[in-house]
Order: sequence, then C-alpha cells, then structure tokens
Amino acid sequence: MAVVSADSTVMNNVEAVRATLYEALKNDDRTVIIGEDVGARGNVFLITKDFVAEFGEHRVIDTPIAEASIVGIAIGMAMEGLRPIAEIQFADFIYPSFNQIVGEAAKTRYRSNGEYTCPLVIRTPYGGGVRGALSHSVSVEALFYHVPGLKIVAPSFPADVKGLLNTAIDDPDPVLFLEHKKTYRLIKGEVPNGHYTIPFGKANVLKEGTQLTVVSYGLYVHWAVEAARALQDDGLSVEVIDLRSIRPMDKTTILNSVEKTRKLLIIHEDNKFGGIGAEISAMVAEEALFHLDAPIRRLCGPDVPAMGYALPLEEEFMSSPAEMADAMREMVKF
Amino acid sequence: MATTITMPQLGETVTEGTVAQWLKSVGDSVDKYEDFVEVSTDKVNAGVPSPVTGTIRELLVKEGETVATGTPIAVIEEAGAEKSAPAAPAAPAATPAPAAPAAPASSGNGASSSALSSASPAVRRLAREHHVDIRSIKGSGANGRVTADDILAAARTAVAAPPAAPAPPAGAGTARTSNYAQPIPGTTVQLTQARRIIAERMVESKRTAPHAWSMVEIDVTGAWQWRVREKDRFERETGYKLTLLPFFIRAVVQALAAFPLMNARFAAAAGSNPAGIYVHDEVNVGVAIGLPTNLVVPVIRHADKLSIKGLAIAAGELIDKARKGKLGVDDLAGGTFTVNNNGANGSWASAPIINGGQAGIVTMEAVVKKLVVRDDDTIAIRRMMNSCLSLDHRVVDGYVASGFLADLKRRLEAMGPQGEL
Repeated sequence: MAVVSADSTVMNNVEAVRATLYEALKNDDRTVIIGEDVGARGNVFLITKDFVAEFGEHRVIDTPIAEASIVGIAIGMAMEGLRPIAEIQFADFIYPSFNQIVGEAAKTRYRSNGEYTCPLVIRTPYGGGVRGALSHSVSVEALFYHVPGLKIVAPSFPADVKGLLNTAIDDPDPVLFLEHKKTYRLIKGEVPNGHYTIPFGKANVLKEGTQLTVVSYGLYVHWAVEAARALQDDGLSVEVIDLRSIRPMDKTTILNSVEKTRKLLIIHEDNKFGGIGAEISAMVAEEALFHLDAPIRRLCGPDVPAMGYALPLEEEFMSSPAEMADAMREMVKF
Repeated sequence: MATTITMPQLGETVTEGTVAQWLKSVGDSVDKYEDFVEVSTDKVNAGVPSPVTGTIRELLVKEGETVATGTPIAVIEEAGAEKSAPAAPAAPAATPAPAAPAAPASSGNGASSSALSSASPAVRRLAREHHVDIRSIKGSGANGRVTADDILAAARTAVAAPPAAPAPPAGAGTARTSNYAQPIPGTTVQLTQARRIIAERMVESKRTAPHAWSMVEIDVTGAWQWRVREKDRFERETGYKLTLLPFFIRAVVQALAAFPLMNARFAAAAGSNPAGIYVHDEVNVGVAIGLPTNLVVPVIRHADKLSIKGLAIAAGELIDKARKGKLGVDDLAGGTFTVNNNGANGSWASAPIINGGQAGIVTMEAVVKKLVVRDDDTIAIRRMMNSCLSLDHRVVDGYVASGFLADLKRRLEAMGPQGEL
C-alpha cells in the first residue's frame, strides 16, 4: 500500500477487502470471520493473512470444507447478536449453502415477524478470465437475484469495495458480497482513509455519453469503459454505468441514462438466459419503452454449463473489450 | 391485387359457417357488394357480398364444407390491378417469362413506408409529438432506418424553415448538441378535430387580420335591473335562464346597423375580383361558448330581426345544444360578427381574436358594482361592465370602431329598469 496523500491510499481490491475487514475486526468485537482457510492460511488470496494471530481463533474461525455449515453457523451467530462475515472460498462452492442462504438467512426477518434479523455478510470471489476452469470461474449472482430478502453487491473499484463492504457489515440483513477475482490485483485505485460507507442501490456513471447506455458490473465495467473510450476517438459517445449494487437495483440512474441515450446495452459475464440483464431489460421495457430507439441488447456469457479451462474455451466464454466495442458501435449506428 | 375473403362471423356467438352454395365460379367477374357465396350457420343463411370488384381467382372451400370463421374461403383478383405473383394457370410457353416480381427493393436511404415498420417506439413517440411524418424522412440509421435523432432534426428544420434558418453562430463548427436539447418530460394531448380546426383558424386570423383593440366601460345598471325583474317569469315561460347576453346582443345589432362596416369582411383579391370590403346584408351574430374541450361559436341568424326575448330564446337553444354536443353544421355557419361573453369568471378585460373573416369581435366582461361619479357630481353604486373590441384594421379604422363602441355603450345605458323584452 502506497500512501499518496493524507486522505487516501492506493490499494488493489484484495488490499481494500483486507483493510476493511481488519477495521471491522478491530472496531467491533462482534465481528467474526468464518470460512475455509481464513485462519492459518490467511485466505487463498491472503486477504486475512495474520488476522488469526492478532484477533484469535474465536474471531477468525477456520472451518472444514462444509459450506452449508459455514453459512448455517454464521446465521446463528448473526441472529444472536454477532456480526459474522462468512467466506465461501470460491463462488463455485456456494451451492451446498444455498438452502442456508435462501431458505434461512433471507427469510429470517420475515419468518420471525421482525423479531430476529440476520446481519450476515457472505463474501465470495467469483468470475472467470483467470484460467480457473469449471470450478473456479462461475458467476452466481443470478441464482440469488430472484430471492427477496437478500442484497447482492458486486463492486469493481477498491474505493467501492471498502464503502460497500462497510455498508454490508452494518446492514441488519444478509448481504451477498461478490468480489470478481480477476480484479483482485488487476485493479488499483485510491481508497479514502477512515471509515465510510456507500449506500446500496446507487449505481455509478463511470463515463458520460449521449448515444448509448451501457450497464455492467464487476470486471466488465473496466473493459466496457476501455471500449467506450476507444470509440470516443471515432466520435461515438457511450455512457457506461457501473451498477455496483445488483439488488437493490438503481432504476433511476439507468432510466435517466436510457431516456437520454435511447439505447441500452447490458454487459455481464454471467449467462444471458435469466440473468441480471434480463431483469434490467424488462424494467426498461416496462418503464421507458417509448424512449427506446433500438432493441435492448445483452452481451453476456453463453448458455453453456461452465467456463472451460482451455484458453479458447475461456476466451469464447468471456466478452473482450473488442467485442464490447463492436456491440457498442453497432448499437450507436443502428 | 388479390383480396382473400374469409368466412364471416354471422352473429356474435357464431364460430363457424358452411358454404351452402357458390354463386360464382373461378374466372367469373364480381362487382363490389355483389353476393358471391351463400353461407349457412346454425343461426342464419346469408349471402356474402364481395368487398371488391374483380374476378374470382380461387374458391378455397367446397360447397357443404364447414369452416371456422376467419378461414380464407376465396381469393378475388381486384379489377384493374396488375396480376401479382405467378399468373394463375401456367402461361403459354411462348409468352415472355413473367418478370420477376419486383423485389421490395431494399429501401436504401430512400424514405418509404418500410420506415414505419422499422420505427422504434422512441421514433414513433417523437414523430407524434413533433408532428413529423416518419415516411417523409430519409433515415440515417443502419439500412436507412429513421432514428430518433432524424425525427428531432426534421422537427427542428420544420420549425426553422419558414424564416430561413438562422445562420449558425460564428465558430459553431460541427453541430454540438446540448444536453438541454432533450425534450422536457411530459405527455402530448392528441388534437381533436375541433382543436385542430380552432388552432388553424386562430393562427390564420392572427396572421391575416391586423388586430386593433379598444375598450369601453358601460353602466349596465338599468339593463341589469330590467333583467332581474323579468328573469323568473322568463325562465318559467321558456325554461331558459335570462342573462345579460340578449340585452347586449340587442345593443350590438343596433350598433351594427348604425355602423355597417363593422358587419363586413375583408375580401382578398381572388381571380379577376380585386380585393374589397364585403358588407353583409344580414346580421348573424356568433356567440362564443366555451366547452371543457373546446370553443364553439354557434350563430344566431338574423339577430337584428329578433327582440330581446327572441335573442334570449335563440341563445338559450344554442347554448343548450352546445353543451349537449348537438350543434349541427347549420348552427355554426354564416356568422357576420361575434359576441364573446367573457366575464362569467371575472375577466375584466380581454383581447379576443377575431372570428375568421369578420370585421370584429366584442366581449362582455364581468359586471361589477362600482362607485361612480355621475355627470351631476353625485356618487352612486352602479353595475359596470367593460366591453372590449378587437377589429380588423384592414376593414375599419379607430374612427368607426370607437363610434361603434360608443353607440353600443349608449344603447345599453339607455336600457330601462323596465320595458318590453
């Protein structure tokens, strides 16, 4: 970490997560980290390195390979007053805990008529492009998107990671916190010092434009901005919105932008069918149809069971900045 | 062009029909409205008229066969239409090969009706809001598609066109669009036919007739008292309310008789006829009536021949009809001068637009009690009313107009507290 000013520090996303978790452990005795290899190993990306030495095994808890138990135990902790931050080592491993997250955590407040809440954060690295093969590349957001009672955030910048993770920790209800693993060390940025939060449900307009609205999140917002900047040299004006918070969704920012540009392209890595883009498309079609000057388009992962290990398969699954630029150009020219 | 005829629905609950008898065979000609088939259903038997004049090309259903309503039963080739598609029976080999049906040549950048089918929701909305015909626009989008920006550009051109587009500000360089160029959010109320006509006529009147304006204050105390004395009996006898309007119209028609140039119109040169002022022999007074949706101006014909009572009944009938939406063309045509009773909601002065082609329009503003210093220096509480006149300055000048207003004022102020209606 290089301190560039008294007010902020340049970090990558791993460092931003680490710094935020460290502050949470330090400032609130109720905070507990629980997951596979979070203790002695210090997390597979070294996010929690040395935490166990400083805070002890009761606050940084190593578990067996048993995701349902990780989340289940964390739910119990949360309901009884702790502030657990559970980690699923890779999003690909989250399925055993699906029932705990969807069937228990998301329904706690509703089922108990508000008597219990479940202030639980579930952090997990997701996404491909790192030769992670079938079991270390998946995007899981759409699987949980359908579930009322669950908030889902997917920040892309270190400053957003810190602000949104703080909000997630403060939130009285369960939050699924998605960290794109390819951005972990790829993306660096200034992170304000001290405690701050960024509200859920607020998208960020990364680049303003007048001819096309691009909505994305995660790794792809970086590539979408890169593509949009490249097109600027050809006189094409593309607006890029980083959702940051997948649910709740910032309808206002999306609709305002679409009403300005009249065209919408949604880019995400997760499969197209039934994905986040489908919901955004439907929302815009419902609320801004008469502002649309082109069919809404989605540039998404193909509907195949997983991202292959072979480079051609991985590249075929991922959308490149060049593909994004092509889609943007076609839509502007439409 | 071939027209496909489908099994008609003969009755709301009927879902199928039987071809009882074909009245025509393939190759027979058929006139529009001529029955060409008899259809029977479980409810009725009926002949089905042809919607077009032409030749029977195909009969698709056998006699006695029952098919669902909406099923094609016959194809009629319209008379005069070029044979499209392959001519029915194979043409003799010697005839020149039928020209390939002109492919719906890709419209390229040309404007065409395909512009409509490819128009996006935004294009349709903007075209509606800006009164732009999508088909008249050359599309700049992919494959000549008309884009939302094309519509906005066309709308701007249309606005800028009449007074030759202003030169762009120096140094403007390439067109730069402001974020504030976006339309302000809102909804468009579709023009009714009446609204459209009103809009056109108002613009036409303001554009052609140089409007001048004048106002007099009239002491209507006497007329008011007269009205109050008579109104209950009048309403009992006729069913109509007695307002100040017929008193006012009575004074107007008398003033028009004294100033016939106010009952005239400016006639522009037409063909061999030079321009002139056409003075009407009839006095037909239009009465402006505001309805929630639009304004109507029905006409009291020969208003100068009617008593105050006659005017009151005529006006009452017209107002009644107007409110019920029952005004006919005859009720609205032929006005030579217009009265606008504008004061009901308290208006104190107004500058009306002249009703198409007339020399003037006069208003009745609100009747208000005022302290008035009279000629003998006494102070009295009187009912006062302003009357405003807009006049076509091509027809009359201020001399005539102010004379007319003064005459109107004098006649109204002369009205009694009592008299014969």
